[in-house]
Amino acid sequence: MTPREANNDDALRDLLAQIEATLGAVLLSGSIARGEVSLSIETAPLPRVLTYLRDDPAMLFRQLVDVTAVDYPDEEPRFEVVYHLLSLHHNQRLRVKLRVDEGQPVPSAVPVFRCANWFEREVWDMYGILFSDHPDLRRLLTDYGFEGHPLRKDFPLTGYVEMRYDDEQKRVVYEPVKLKQDFRTFDFLSPWEGGGGRLPGDEKATAP
Amino acid sequence: MADLELHSFTVNFGPQHPAAHGVLRLVLEMEGEVVERADPHIGLLHRGTEKLIEYRPYLQNIPYFDRLDYCSMLCQEHSYVLAVEKLLGVEVPLRAQYIRVLFDEITRILNHLLNITTMALDIGAMTPLLWMFEEREKLMGFYEQVSGARMHANYYRFGGVNRDLPAGMEDRIRAWMAQFEPKLDDVDRLLTENRIFKQRTVDIGVVSAENAIALGFSGPMLRASGVAWDLRKAQPYEVYDRLDFDVPIGKHGDCWDRYLVRLAEIRESLKIMRQCLDQMPPGPVRTGDKKVTPPPRAEMKRSMEALIHHFKLYTEGVHVPAGEVYAATENPKGEFGVYLVSDGTNKPYKCKIRSPGYVHLQALEEMSRGHTLADVPAIIGSIDIVFGEIDR
Repeated sequence: MTPREANNDDALRDLLAQIEATLGAVLLSGSIARGEVSLSIETAPLPRVLTYLRDDPAMLFRQLVDVTAVDYPDEEPRFEVVYHLLSLHHNQRLRVKLRVDEGQPVPSAVPVFRCANWFEREVWDMYGILFSDHPDLRRLLTDYGFEGHPLRKDFPLTGYVEMRYDDEQKRVVYEPVKLKQDFRTFDFLSPWEGGGGRLPGDEKATAP
Repeated sequence: MADLELHSFTVNFGPQHPAAHGVLRLVLEMEGEVVERADPHIGLLHRGTEKLIEYRPYLQNIPYFDRLDYCSMLCQEHSYVLAVEKLLGVEVPLRAQYIRVLFDEITRILNHLLNITTMALDIGAMTPLLWMFEEREKLMGFYEQVSGARMHANYYRFGGVNRDLPAGMEDRIRAWMAQFEPKLDDVDRLLTENRIFKQRTVDIGVVSAENAIALGFSGPMLRASGVAWDLRKAQPYEVYDRLDFDVPIGKHGDCWDRYLVRLAEIRESLKIMRQCLDQMPPGPVRTGDKKVTPPPRAEMKRSMEALIHHFKLYTEGVHVPAGEVYAATENPKGEFGVYLVSDGTNKPYKCKIRSPGYVHLQALEEMSRGHTLADVPAIIGSIDIVFGEIDR
């Protein structure tokens, strides 16, 4: 490790300690990995946390770089919403994460960061996570009248409907997807490493 | 009152409009000639890149990044490759780092030439486009010489670049730079102090430094508003900390300043390219890590181990340790970030692409409010949007 990186790590530890001291119980956990600080927080106090991170002279994370979500269908709560912040003043980055379940709204970040508007619309569009107090929560990237949330893990890659121009009706029509061959995903993962180490036929060993 | 209502109407701008730089549909609420509200409808070029990435091994995802913003191809590959390298923890050989910086700057010139000239075209100047597209063609020739493709290069790899520069390439780049500079001066003379160009751009779409930060701006958009922020300086990656270059910043944050910043950045890029060519050491261009780099063909003929590595790499692909990482580079348009979540298998669990144009287009409403309809193409031109990256 070069000296520059070492200094950087010290600075990150200071930053994390300071945040821990201020946020207290709101902060569920904080970690430093690969030179990046991640915070896991409670859902409800999000605007308060973001305001603190933006305005505190030791933080000054005045730029919201990105908002996104990750879908873990087998876990409870299902979604993780991820905010990336950048402090131009201290030249530091910060990641804030929170967990929500389907249908449970997240307080909107728009009152704190104006640019969260489209990011949150995209997350709603792609994952179906609701944001309360959002000024204009419409779909953004998908087609007009689209149904479903494409980036969820249970949404098929091919989608449900396909569109074509019908020359007889002189308009665009939507039809269920018809594939000429089955959709193929090649699983080249070696069963001997990663992936839980289960081999095909293992279920027979435990079957009654 | 009835008289007023007659004057307000809604204009549907695009999605097929030459000044929209792609498939932008803008619903403009007008009060006479003045824009009251602008509602961009995007997503007409949405291809589901992030979904596709979740279904492909890491290596097969690199070409998707060329196709996001098809004017700054290699810079986007750079962000993705950096993210994967951060998770893998591989070292990049020095020569490869210089090659990457060299091609990042070639890409920056490609992008800025396109943007400056098309913006000028939108507001009435056709000549710069004709002159500079010839130069872009020559730059794409360099892309072709290293990768075989003029635009979608697919050249960067985890731990280096695909292959070394061909013989004589350095001299050809130097020769190109020498003949390019006078031509850039011509464009400068033609546009910068041009009366019509200034009438159309000065004091149009002004964004203050405070607003630019709050709106999440990055890259030339942020710098034109007077904020000296450049990831190449602030959070240097590769060899940018060894190179000597300046970060041009604007004063007023209007369309003219954004044009000037981009023009100055082209000159800085030439400076960086020259230093890269001077300092570039000989050596390998890919890491020696056999779990990431395929073995050379000759070795595969003799060594069983090399054959196994080759087979594993091209069936299973690279296994990336579990974890999450965010890597960003200074793209020609701004901060291009990749947020990658890995679950330890050969495919990304989640890949979020943070594109600069998306954030900038969002601010279009604020920038165009109170301006006339004719100013909207000038503002769109100065934002530098490409729909490939906005819609993803």
